[in-house]
This record gives sequence, structure tokens and C-alpha cells, in this order.
Amino acid sequence: MAIDCLVLGAGQEVGKSCVIASINDKRIMFDCGMHMGHVDHRRYPDFSRIPRPQGTGFDRAIDCIIITHFHLDHVGALPYFTEVCGYGGPIYMTYPTKALAPLMLEDYRKVMVERRGEEEQFTADHIVECMKKVIPVDLKQTVQVDKDLQIRAYYAGHVLGAAMFYAKVGDTAIVYTGDYNMTPDRHLGAAQIDRLHLDLLITESTYATTIRDSKYGREREFLKAVHKCIGGGGKVLIPTFALGRAQELCILLEDYWERMNLKVPIYFSAGLTIQANMYYKMLISWTSQKIKETYSTRNAFDFKYVTNFDRSMIDAPGPCVLFATPGMIIGGFSLEVFKHWAPAEKNLITLPGYCGVGTIGHKLMSGKPTKIDLDKDTQIDVRCQIHQLSFSPHTDAKGIMDLVKFLSPKNIILVHGEKPKIAILKGRIKSELGIPCYDPANNETVSIPSTHYVKAVASDTFIRSCSHPNFKFSKSSMEDGHGSSFKLGNSAPQLQVSDERVAEGILVIEKSKKAKVLHQEELLQMLGEKENKVQFAYCCPVRIGNLEETKSTDITSTNDKLSMTDGSLWLQILFARLSDEFSGGNIQDFGEHLQVESFRMSTCLKETCPYRIDETLQGNRSELVFFCCTWSVADEKIAQRIISILKNFGSSAVKRNSLVPIG
Amino acid sequence: MKFTCLRKGGDFHCPPCHILDICGFRVLFDFPLDLSALTAFSPVPTSFNCSLDEETSCCPRSDVKKRGNIGKPVNANDLIFAEPFYKTVNNLHLWNAAFIDVVLISSPMGMLGLPFLTRMKGFSAKIYVTEAAARLGQLMMEELVAMHMELKQTYGAEESDFPEWMKWKELELLPSVLGEIISGKDGEELGGWIPLYSAVDVNDCMRKVQRLKYAEETCYNGTLVIKGFSSGLEIGSCNWMINCPKGDVAFISSSIFVSGHAMDFDYCALKGNDLILFSDFSSLNAAENLENDFSVRSTNDLSPLRSLYEADENLEEREKLAFLCSCAIDSVKTGGSVLIPITRLGIVLQLLEQISALLDSSNLKIPIYMISSVAEELLAFTNTIPEWLCKQRQAKLFSGEPLFDHVKLMKEKKLQVFPAVHSSNLLMNWQEPCIVFSPHWSLRLGPVVHLLRHWCGNQNSLLVLEHGVDVELALLPFQPMAMKVLQCSFLSGIKSQNVQPLLEMLQAKFVLFPEDMKQISFPKANSFSVLCYSENETLRIQRLKECPEVEIAMDLAAKFNFKKLKQENVNVTRIKGDLFIYHGKHQLLSGNEQANSKCRPLLHWGSLDLESLLTALSKMDIKATVERGMSDSDNDNVSVVHVHEPNRAFIEIKATSTVITTADENLASLIFEAIGTLMDGV
Ligand SMILES: [Zn+2]
Ligand SMILES: [Zn+2]
Repeated sequence: MAIDCLVLGAGQEVGKSCVIASINDKRIMFDCGMHMGHVDHRRYPDFSRIPRPQGTGFDRAIDCIIITHFHLDHVGALPYFTEVCGYGGPIYMTYPTKALAPLMLEDYRKVMVERRGEEEQFTADHIVECMKKVIPVDLKQTVQVDKDLQIRAYYAGHVLGAAMFYAKVGDTAIVYTGDYNMTPDRHLGAAQIDRLHLDLLITESTYATTIRDSKYGREREFLKAVHKCIGGGGKVLIPTFALGRAQELCILLEDYWERMNLKVPIYFSAGLTIQANMYYKMLISWTSQKIKETYSTRNAFDFKYVTNFDRSMIDAPGPCVLFATPGMIIGGFSLEVFKHWAPAEKNLITLPGYCGVGTIGHKLMSGKPTKIDLDKDTQIDVRCQIHQLSFSPHTDAKGIMDLVKFLSPKNIILVHGEKPKIAILKGRIKSELGIPCYDPANNETVSIPSTHYVKAVASDTFIRSCSHPNFKFSKSSMEDGHGSSFKLGNSAPQLQVSDERVAEGILVIEKSKKAKVLHQEELLQMLGEKENKVQFAYCCPVRIGNLEETKSTDITSTNDKLSMTDGSLWLQILFARLSDEFSGGNIQDFGEHLQVESFRMSTCLKETCPYRIDETLQGNRSELVFFCCTWSVADEKIAQRIISILKNFGSSAVKRNSLVPIG
Repeated sequence: MKFTCLRKGGDFHCPPCHILDICGFRVLFDFPLDLSALTAFSPVPTSFNCSLDEETSCCPRSDVKKRGNIGKPVNANDLIFAEPFYKTVNNLHLWNAAFIDVVLISSPMGMLGLPFLTRMKGFSAKIYVTEAAARLGQLMMEELVAMHMELKQTYGAEESDFPEWMKWKELELLPSVLGEIISGKDGEELGGWIPLYSAVDVNDCMRKVQRLKYAEETCYNGTLVIKGFSSGLEIGSCNWMINCPKGDVAFISSSIFVSGHAMDFDYCALKGNDLILFSDFSSLNAAENLENDFSVRSTNDLSPLRSLYEADENLEEREKLAFLCSCAIDSVKTGGSVLIPITRLGIVLQLLEQISALLDSSNLKIPIYMISSVAEELLAFTNTIPEWLCKQRQAKLFSGEPLFDHVKLMKEKKLQVFPAVHSSNLLMNWQEPCIVFSPHWSLRLGPVVHLLRHWCGNQNSLLVLEHGVDVELALLPFQPMAMKVLQCSFLSGIKSQNVQPLLEMLQAKFVLFPEDMKQISFPKANSFSVLCYSENETLRIQRLKECPEVEIAMDLAAKFNFKKLKQENVNVTRIKGDLFIYHGKHQLLSGNEQANSKCRPLLHWGSLDLESLLTALSKMDIKATVERGMSDSDNDNVSVVHVHEPNRAFIEIKATSTVITTADENLASLIFEAIGTLMDGV
């Protein structure tokens, strides 16, 4: 099984965001947006590409729709999809998005139909019906869409209620960010997410190559431009959509008006944002920390200086600031005001944020046009000042990289950005982070593998054997049973602690039973068998060199030498040597024997030992010391290395004058 | 798993308190205060009427609860004239707060005692509260501290931590009714009394609280996955779900299926757990007062399960509120004022809406006042939490209307909010008759004391009390009362007839159920087994899950090398990886260690047949002879296989051990391999 992502919109462009993600056969539609720059069929995602049974609606083709925020490029096609194309399944959005999206949709519908005279794609009733299907969610609320599909929203900043969404099917998890902002602004906090285990991250990349500096400088720039214009008796037009930017800028202006003691009126164009403020007041918990802290005494969305604007005031004398919909000057009232105000030099048009290709806003931003052709009959002289807001509610490239690094997903898909910029970011992610990254165009599908776990039950003994840290203490010198302490050779650290939580067990699969992980002792119990311990043994002879000298030089600090048997003395000398030369494990000194893992070694004083194999031994038996070694197959390597060290003592015997093994 | 009920449920204001031992962690559920015990104290330093004890006839409701038949009648002078202490969970001092790992708060009321706990030495538990309950609880605690400070000023500074009234000789002089409040039936509750915490304690406590969103999943120590789902009792109130490797547990506190303000009881989310801790004691109190005409009348003759889904509970509650409103209107029509010291937020918010609507429709211009140090904040807050409200309130958000009418009422000045009775704004605007909402329901603290003294002689005025307050005792300092008193009980949990069907539907394996509520019978054919608990008894709960589950990473599983055993149908493989506990689940992921490519069995069982061994060896061109039947020092039967070619080796064979000795490493491996083909191993 896999994750298949069909990008229906915002692939290598900004507009009509829509990704169909199939995760282990669950299909989720992330966002259902429209494109502002198109008026033909290209304005909507090509829903016909969603695989579905012949002749049915989309109910069985899609398990749920998730809308990240109320911007039209993320929600604009939703009523069309649900009411016209036919989808009756669940739709999830945050509370603010559910409250505010219909305002955006209705505002847009009116502009399109009543003012631009287009054929309507969906009706006001469609919006109402569509919104009835929406299930609101709170941030971090874990929603069980069905038995297998779980979703969760995380704060995204950007606009009120914007959320990144986490979706999990079985063991596979992805995050779709929508639009987000990694730095707080006037009214919203910064995006926040948990460190999740993700197979895929689908992120916006509007500003894939931009690094922004402090936004306060940019805000000052904006306020200065506005102040200069009204100071000269000019009018300021701020074309915005009903929600989002308007509230942020209004908080900024209100604050400035208060400080500068300005009396120039600030207007909202008819019907839009004053009503929206009602919503903002109830949704205060979704705003920034600062606004949240002060709401009970003064709600930041109770605007003091703002009043409603009437069409008759367009040509009224005197300076003013006007917020007018729609944004990007795509028609409607903002266009009407633009026609009146653009020819006058003292006026100012401030363009907040991104303007889609093909809009008047976009034309004003690219170069400094002196004339704008509305249609073939109308041309407008543009003599007014143009100011482009250089702070944006989108994250910049650094923010995207920070998020990607933080989440470290297994794969990344970039959407919602311009093709050349996205390509650069993709390259950075691949080279700097080494994460597979894709930037599909519209209607392309990206397939990536998904995560699965094999499920088994585990015995308590198995869990206990490894969930308690299996501390291994080892000392370079250890107090032995005789109560004496040695300090031999070079002084290694006194105590070494290693915490290896390596779990070792046995997976048992019995017919018609759940797979079970056992501790190996339990296996024998289960089978009713006794262990037959298969071991290796080797009684290794080592020739004693100048033993008396070794004794006196190496362990003179021993104060109760006399109480020690010769055997344990040889062992101590060997221990000192091995501590120096052996690095494959911690050698533990148990007095009577040394041990590394299962490898045990003790002085063999027996006349005949069954594990003594070398019959080629010659010379005086009294010059030989035997070290009897046993080990199990797991520690074969350790055994081989230690025994070879013992054997090497022979070759170094001349220099070291101590132990000479023979073999 | 172990469960101890530290304090069984009182009423709405004093939820129960339990402790659960799970997965090696100690989880405390709620830490309330018993504020009803405040009635033992006098609200004023001296009795302000010292005569007319017998003339209690003005109280219109003489059917209030009969006092116990023991002891002398109580009079106002019997009350304790001292700065009040507060009653917490019994034997608090016996507890080592440091042993608690997690505290789960299920309602704002459940956290009123929390500052006592958080200031204890060694306390370091994680406290989880829903964000709405945390805010409301904080406001309630701040209000309590403010009211107490005011009262404290009238008493002057207290001289010690062990006041005069707590001494035995003083306690013995108390009438039995008061004595029982102070020290419980057997005197065991005396240890629960403590002077109130300070505003600083409240702040410190709130700093330690971890706020959760609705149904937010949080994970304690990687092991306990904790989630809260609305209980419908109050804004922010919730039931808890704990998932851990040992099993899934749901804690059901007092819950209301259909609420007029808070988000409804989300019982579906609690389905399919292994264990349910049932902690809704509300039907105990409800059963007591069936004869009270203002209590729940049973209207559900139909299958109780259906009523789970119906709105009749809410309808009943609305009817009660409507009746209450009409009584209030009647009073103001006769020129009397109405005093409502109810602090249940939901009731207050709904009464505000309904009374003002009724005033409007009756063309009455009567002011409504709310007097409390936190009222302004409280009202502002309730209009900003659509996520915690019932569907109808949420619908208001989506249509752009305020969530509660009080926003509009305040704008129109129909509702005026003052922090205290002496605030200058109040003095300037005060008009009578009026309708006043003001704490505290115990009638011992807060602005209500002043107003009650002011109106108690007015027979046209009305005092509205909640059920559960001992009216006779509560009104003692204000006797003689000419004022009318209306006592009303509100739904505070799951009705007894709904308990069984609910539990049936939740499909748990085990239900822990209060012994005291045994009158609720469960049919024999239950799908779950019921274990009864009582106060201060520890129940051991058998294991819920047969075995903990473990998830094995795919890349690790891909390296499995299964071996079919001689035993039928058993396949085994060695498994080695790093065991993590992540989000309440064990996960076995491949570690850094390189897998042993040789995959040789490390564990063998069974016995080794000598003949077969020789055959196997000879197939490998290993020449060997056998030396049988020697006995070693332990009297074990030992056989030794001598290998001569290609090199020298011994194989020592006993019943349960096999030892290979050779200086030739290759030969050792070959012999080991040969043995592996003859014995089962892994
Ligand atoms: Zn956006
Ligand atoms: Zn966007």
C-alpha cells in the first residue's frame, strides 16, 4: 500500500488549491479552492479526474474533505463541488473557517454575479447547504472520521482559523499545511505543530525563495505611506477580501491613529468587515496571545475609528482611508473606487499581499503602468501612488525550511508556489536535508510508500526485560570478594555505564493465534522443553614469564597479597592486560572469573581439564598457567579476539616479561 | 491496576475524588472543596438578631429537609463565629503529594481544592484540565479568595492555624447537625479542614496546569494517552479516556446528555474501552428528593435507551427555568426584589436570557444586576468559547450572533455588572425592585450576605436557592425571614434510568460502580462485569488486556528468518531491535546494530542423539569416534565425541548441555552447524 497524491490545483502555481491524497485506500480532499486569474473552466480544479464508480457522485470517491482556511483559493470551489458536482460526505474545517468561509464565498459570489455579470457557478442557497455539511473542529482535537482515519488541526497563523491538518490512516501519517506563517503578526500567532512521525509533508511554498527581515520596518513603511498621502489630502484605497488582511491592517491603523491622534476617517466598504468583526470577537481565542490577554477589558476588534462607507462618498472631498472588497481589484466595489481615485496623483493604492496573475492588482504591482485597460472600451489613467505591502501572512523560505527540519518527514511535496521558485526550494531540500521532494504540476500524481507495522502481542517478561534499561556497570578495577581494591595499569574511567535498550526476544507464530513476542526463557516453557546449552570451551595455556617480577612491579599496591590464591592473581594480571588491549566489550572482574557477555574465563588449576586440547605442549608444566574459557555462539567474535590476545602475549612476552601463552 | 475512591460524590458543587494506579502511574481524579460545609460558620462576627428564634414561620417552604432527631435545635448563636476554614478531601495530610503522577480535572468545581495540593512539598504531578474548565475554575477560585478576604477583614486576623473552634471541647458543645458537618459521623473528617489558600497559591497552581483543547490527545511519559470529551455538565467539563499498553479506561463523571449551554455529553467517544470508572453520583441525590415538587419528575416511561437521544431532559430543565422566571416576575410585580445566589454558570446564563425576555414581554423595566468580582470577566469569557458550547449556541456563531444574550443585555444596560456591593457605580445606579445574581450559594460569603440582610424582612422579595443546600441551616443567620424562598433542583448528571442502557451501549469489559448506587440493577446477561467500590477502599482490578501489543517496524520484520519447529504448526524467529514506548504503544524498531548475517540459533532444546551426530559429522567429512557413558563429578552421564579429522576436537555431551572444544575455529563452526540440524533451536 502507498500514498498517492493527485494534485488538482496549486501545482507549480498559486490558486485553486486542491490535493487528493489516497492513504492506504482512504481518500481525502485537502482544500477545494478556486483560481482568481481565470474566468473559464480553469478556475476550478478538474474534479473529473477523481477516480469514482461510473455514474455516481463523489460520496463514495472521497472519504472526507478538509479545508485549511477561508481564503477563496482554498475554499472557493467547495459549494460548486458539493452542491453542483454532488458530494454529501463529511467536510472538516476549524470553527473560524466554518464561520467565516460563507462570508467570503457570498461576497465573492455577489461580486461575480451582480457586478461582473457572470453566470453564477453556485447560488447563495448552495453556500448555505454546503456549510451544513461542515463539521467544525477545534485545534488539536483528535477527530476519528471513521474507524481507520484520524485527523487533527494545528494552528497555522496566516488568517483567523487557518490550520495545518494531520491525517493518519493505519500506521501512515501525513500533514497538509495549507497556508501558514511562522512569525506572529498583529492579530495572529505563529504556526505551531507537534513533532510528528510523518511519511509525507505537503507544504505551501508561496515565498519559496524569499527571506524576509523584520516586519516592523515594513509596517512602518506602510504607515508612513498612508500618513503621507492623507497628510497631502489624498485618499487611500486598500483593496482586500472581506476577512484577514483587513482586520490585521485595521488593528495596525487603529493603533497608529491613537498614537498620532489622527482624525481622518477609516472606512469599510458596504456590508463587509464591520459584520465580520462580530465573528472575530467571538473567536478571540484563535488570535494572538496579546489580543487574547486584553479582550475582557477591550476587545481589539471593537474598532474605534472605523465607520461604514457609502457609494455616494466616493467623490466626497477630503482625505480618508478605505478598505474595499474584493482584493486584487478583480471587480466589484474596489474596481469602482479604483476608477475614480487612480487618476489623481495625491491618492494612494495599497496592495496587500499576493495578487494573482491576470488581476488588476497584479498589473499594478508589476512595473509602473500609467494606463490600465479594463476592457476594449475603457482605459484608466493611473497617476496615483502605488504601495505594495511587503509583509505577508505567508511563511518565508526560512520558515518553510525550519518546519521541514522540525518535522523531518520521509517525503515532501511542494505546492502553492510559482514554478521556478518551487524548483529552487526543492533542490535545497534535497541537497541540504536529503529528503525526497516533489513539485508536481496540476493533475499529476505522486506516489510514495507508506509505513506499516507488523502487529504482535508481547509477553510481560519480554517487555520487562527490555523496558527497564539494561544498565551495564563496569569498572576498570572492581572491588572483589576479598575486599581489596586494585588499581592496575593505566587508569581508565572508574565507572562506565551503558544503557542499551536493545530488545531481544523470540517471535512465535502458532496456527490461528496472534503472533507473540516472548522472552527466550518463556519459549522453552511454552514448548515444555529444557534448554540444551550448546557452548564452546577452550582451556588456553599461557607461559609464565618472569612472574615474580610482574608480581612486584604491577601490583605492589596490593596490601593483602597473601590472602590471594595464585589463580586469582594470574587472573588479575590478565585482567590488567585485557583492559589495555581488548576493546570489544566491557570486561567484568568477578574475582574468580572474568566475563565479557557470555565469554567467561578463569584460571584452571586442574591437572586434566576436558577442554584442554593442545597436546603439543612441551616444557615445564610449572611454567604454564591455564585459563579455561567458555562462551556461547553469540559471542564467538569476542572469544576469538580474547584468545588471540592471549596468544599474542607469547610474542610480546620478551618485552613485557609476564605471560606467555603457548598454542 | 488499583482504584481507590477517596471521597464519593456530593452534589454538583463537590464532585467525587478518586485515585487510579495504572501502568505504574498514579492518577488523581479531581480535587474539590466541600463548600456546603461553610454553613457551619456565621457570615458575620456576631449574631445580628438575637431574639425571635422560634418565629421561623415566614419560610414558605416548610417541607425542607427534616433535621436529624438528635440534639437540640440549632440557633444562629450556635454557628461558629470565626474566620471559616475549608473542607477538602479527607486526610489530606496523610497523603504524600509527591506520589501522584497525573491529576485529571473533570470540571471547574473539581479543581477548587487544587491550590492546596500544588503547594504541597514534593508535588510534581502533571495536571490536565480543559482550557475552558481551567479558566472557569481559576475565576471561581479568585472569586472565592476575594469573598473570603472580605469576610476575613470583618473577623480580623486569626491567631493560629489551630483555631479555638477545632478544639474537642468546643466541638462537643456544637449541636449535632453542626458537629457532623465539622467532623463527620465518626469524627474522621476533622482532618480535612484547612485555612483557605491565597491569591498567590491560586496563581502558582494555575501555572502548573496544562490546558487541553477539546478532545486534544496528550501523552504522559510516552505511556498514558489522555483525552477529554465533553460531559455536558458545565462548560469545559469532561470525561477522560486513558489509553495505555495495559488497557483502555474511560472515566465518566457527572454527565448531561443534552445541555442548554455546554457541549453535550459525548458518550459515543467513550465506546469500546476495557474499563469504565463510573463516577456520576448525581442520581443518589436526585433519588432523595423525589417528593420535592421541584425536583425531577420521571416522565420516561418509554425505553430508557431512547431517552439518551431525546431532548426531554433539556425540555424538563427549560420548564423548571421558565417556572423560576415566572416566580421572579411575580415578585418584581409586587415590588419585591429577587436574589439569586446560584453560581452554576449554565443556570445563570440561561436565567439571564429567560428573565430578561420575560421582563420584555411583560413590559417591565426592572434592572438586572450581577455582583461579583469576576462577573465581567466571566461574562466576556463565555462569549468567546464557541468550541465548548452546545450545538444551538454554536449555530449562533455561524450566523454571526453573540453566543449568549448577555452581550446584548449589557450593551442595552438591561444587565449591569458590578464587582462588589460597595462599588460606586452600583450605588449610583441602584434601583429597587431589581433582580440580582450574586454569590455565594452557601449564603456565608460574598455580596449575597449583605443583600439577604437587606431583604430578609421583605415578604415580597424572593430568594432562589439550589437544591442541596440545607435551607434551614443556611438561613439561620437571617432569621426571621419574611422573604419567600424558592428551592430548585437542576439536573446534575445521568438519570438513574439511563445509567444501565448507557453502560450497555459503551461495551466495556468491566465497570467500576459505586456501591452506594446499587439500587440500579444490572441484568444478569450484561455484556460487562460490575465491580462495586466504596469510599476509602482499594479495589484491585485484574488485567484488562491479555497482553500488551507491540508494533514491529516493517524493515525489521523483513529480516525475519522463520524456523519451523518439530512441534506442529509453530514457527519461530529471533527478533532484535530497539523497544520504544511511543504514544501508549510499544514499538520495536530496527536498531543501529547490524543484524547477525549468519542467523545461527542461540538457544537449543531437546537432546542430542549420538548416532545422528556421527552421521551428520561424517557427511561433512569430519571423522569422529565416541567415548560413552563416563560419569563426571556431578554424576551426570557424559559422552564425549572425539574428532580426529580435519583437526582435533572434543564434543562433550550431557543431557542438557553440549560443549565444543577445538582450537580450529572453522571446525568449531562446522560442528555447531551439525548440532543445529539435529536439535530444535532459535
Ligand atoms: Zn491563504
Ligand atoms: Zn493560499
